[in-house]
Amino acid sequence: MLRIEDLNKKYPTGDEALKDVKLEVPKGQVMALIGPSGAGKSTLIRCVNRLVEPTKGKVFLGDLELTELSRWKLRQARRRMGMIFQEYALVERLTVMENVLSGRLGYVGFWRSWFRRFPGEDVREAYRLLDRVGLMEMADKRADELSGGQRQRVGICRALIQNPDLLLVDEPTASLDPKTSRQIMRLINELCDERSLAAIINIHDVLLAQMFSKRIVGLEQGSIVYDGPPEDLTPEVLTRIYGEENWEATIGKVEEENEEEDSTISKAAS
Amino acid sequence: MPKIDRSSGLSWRKHTTKKELTIWLYWLIGLSIVTYAWNLISEKTIWFFVQDAGTQAIDIGSRMVPPKLSYMDKLWQPVWDTINIATIGTIIALIIAVPVAFAAAKNTTPHPLIRTIALFIIVSSRSVNSLIWALILVFICGPGIFAGTIAIGLRSIGFCAKLLYEAIEEIDHNQVEAIQATGASRAQQMLYGIVPQVLPTFAGVGVYRWDINIRESTILGLVGAGGIGLQLNGSINTLAWTQVSMILLVILGTVIISEWISAKVRHAII
Ligand SMILES: Nc1ncnc2c1ncn2[C@@H]1O[C@H](COP(=O)(O)OP(=O)(O)OP(=O)(O)O)[C@@H](O)[C@H]1O
Ligand SMILES: [Mg+2]
Repeated sequence: MLRIEDLNKKYPTGDEALKDVKLEVPKGQVMALIGPSGAGKSTLIRCVNRLVEPTKGKVFLGDLELTELSRWKLRQARRRMGMIFQEYALVERLTVMENVLSGRLGYVGFWRSWFRRFPGEDVREAYRLLDRVGLMEMADKRADELSGGQRQRVGICRALIQNPDLLLVDEPTASLDPKTSRQIMRLINELCDERSLAAIINIHDVLLAQMFSKRIVGLEQGSIVYDGPPEDLTPEVLTRIYGEENWEATIGKVEEENEEEDSTISKAAS
Repeated sequence: MPKIDRSSGLSWRKHTTKKELTIWLYWLIGLSIVTYAWNLISEKTIWFFVQDAGTQAIDIGSRMVPPKLSYMDKLWQPVWDTINIATIGTIIALIIAVPVAFAAAKNTTPHPLIRTIALFIIVSSRSVNSLIWALILVFICGPGIFAGTIAIGLRSIGFCAKLLYEAIEEIDHNQVEAIQATGASRAQQMLYGIVPQVLPTFAGVGVYRWDINIRESTILGLVGAGGIGLQLNGSINTLAWTQVSMILLVILGTVIISEWISAKVRHAII
C-alpha cells in the first residue's frame, strides 16, 4: 500500500530529520512508529502526505508516486490519506458536524463548501461515523465544547470520512488520560480492521504500541533501528531506540489485551 | 557599571560619575528645549485674549442655555446622514480591508511584493486623518455625504486591515494544516481553517471602527463633507449658541448610543 524509498529530510535549519528511511506498509496493516522525541516520527508521516516536502527519496501510495505529483494531483492524492493529530487540530469554532464534513473538502467545490451544502451521502456518512464513535448527540455542538477524548473521536471521523486507503496518525493519545488513550487506540484499530486500512501510528507509549499493533518500527535520529513484532521489543532493543534506561517495567505482556470492553466505543457498527 | 569604593567602607552607587554627568546633561538639554518651546508659544499668543478666556467661556456658556429644543426638527436629517456616513464608510472599509489583510499577513500573502504593497496601503490609509481625507475629497467630488463616506472609508481601511492581518498571523496553524491534509484547495483552507479563527476579530474590529466613525463623522461637516458638522459650523458662524448646545447634546446622545451598541455586539461575539 505504502512504500517509502530512501527518504531524506533536511530542514533549512540544518536538522537532518530523516536519513535514508526505507519502509513498506502493506494493505490492512497497523504499524506503530516509536522513538524518542526529535527522532523524526512526525517528519516521516508528514513527508508522506507532503505537509513537509522531503529533500530526497520517493514515496509511493499503491502505484502512485506521491513525491513527484503536481500541486493539483497532490490534492487529489491527499484525499486517500487521512490524518489524525496529537492536539486533535479540530477547527475550534466550527461545529462537530462541520469538522467531520471538512474531511470531504477535497471532493466538493468551493461554493458548496462555502454554503455548507455537502452531498446527502456525505452527510449520512458523517452521521454514521459519529454514531459509530458514540458522538451522535454532539453533532451540532461546537468543537471547543468537547473533552479531549471526544475531540479525538471527531478527528478520527474527519479522517475516515475521506474514505482513505491509509491513515497517518501522529501521537493520537499524547494529550489523553490512560483509559481514554486505550479507548482511542482500540477505536482506531477496530476501524482499520473494518475497512482494512493501512495505518502508521506515531506513539510514545511503548506499552500501548505493543498492545495494539502487530508491527513496531523504531526510529532513532532519523534512521530505522528496529522493525519487528511487539514481542521482540527486548530491553536491548529499547536501549537501541531510546538509550540506556531500566526497561523491565515498561515492557508489557502482549497477551493482556481486551480486558475491559468499553460499551459505547466498541459497539459493533450497526 | 556599579563601582565599589573601598576606602570609605562599602558604598554603592548605581551609576559611575561619568554616567551621572551624562544623565544631568540630558536633563539640561531637555529643560532648555521646553523653555525655548514655551517662549515660542508665548510669543505667538496674544495674551490679552487669553487673559479673559475664563470670562469668555462663562459668557458663551450662559448664552448656550437653554438649548434650543425646537431646532431638533432640523437635526434629524443631519443625524441620519452622520450615521449613514459612518455605517456605509465602515462597510466599504471592511470590504476592502479583508483582501488587503490576507495579502498583508505573512502566512497568507501570495507574494512578498504583494505583501509590501498591502502594508503600504495600510500605512498610507492610517497616516492621513479622516478630516484631511474629507478636505481632499470635497475638492475632488464636491461637498456632501458622498465625500464624507469615502473619507471615512479610506481612513478605516488601514485600521481594520492592520488589526485583521495581525489576527490572521496569530491563528493556530495546526487547524489549517489539518484542513490541508484532507486535500482541500487553498481557498477552502482559508474558508475552513482561517476564517472561523478570525471571524470574531473581524466582527469586533468592525463594530469598534463603526463606533469610532460615528464620532469622526460628526466633524466632517466642518469641511463640507456632510453630516451634523455642517449645522454645527453654520450655527457657530452665526453665533447661534443655543443651536450649538443643542447640536452638542445630540452628538453626545448619538455617541453614547453607538458606544452602547458596539459594546453589546462585541460582548455577544466573545
Ligand atoms: N519545522 C521544522 N523546522 C526545522 N526543524 C524541524 C522542524 N520540525 C522538526 N524539526 C527537527 O527535525 C527533527 C525531527 O523532528 P520531529 O518533529 O519529526 O520529531 P518527532 O519524532 O516527531 O518528535 P516528538 O516525539 O517530540 O514529536 C528534530 O530535530 C526537530 O528539531
Ligand atoms: Mg512529533
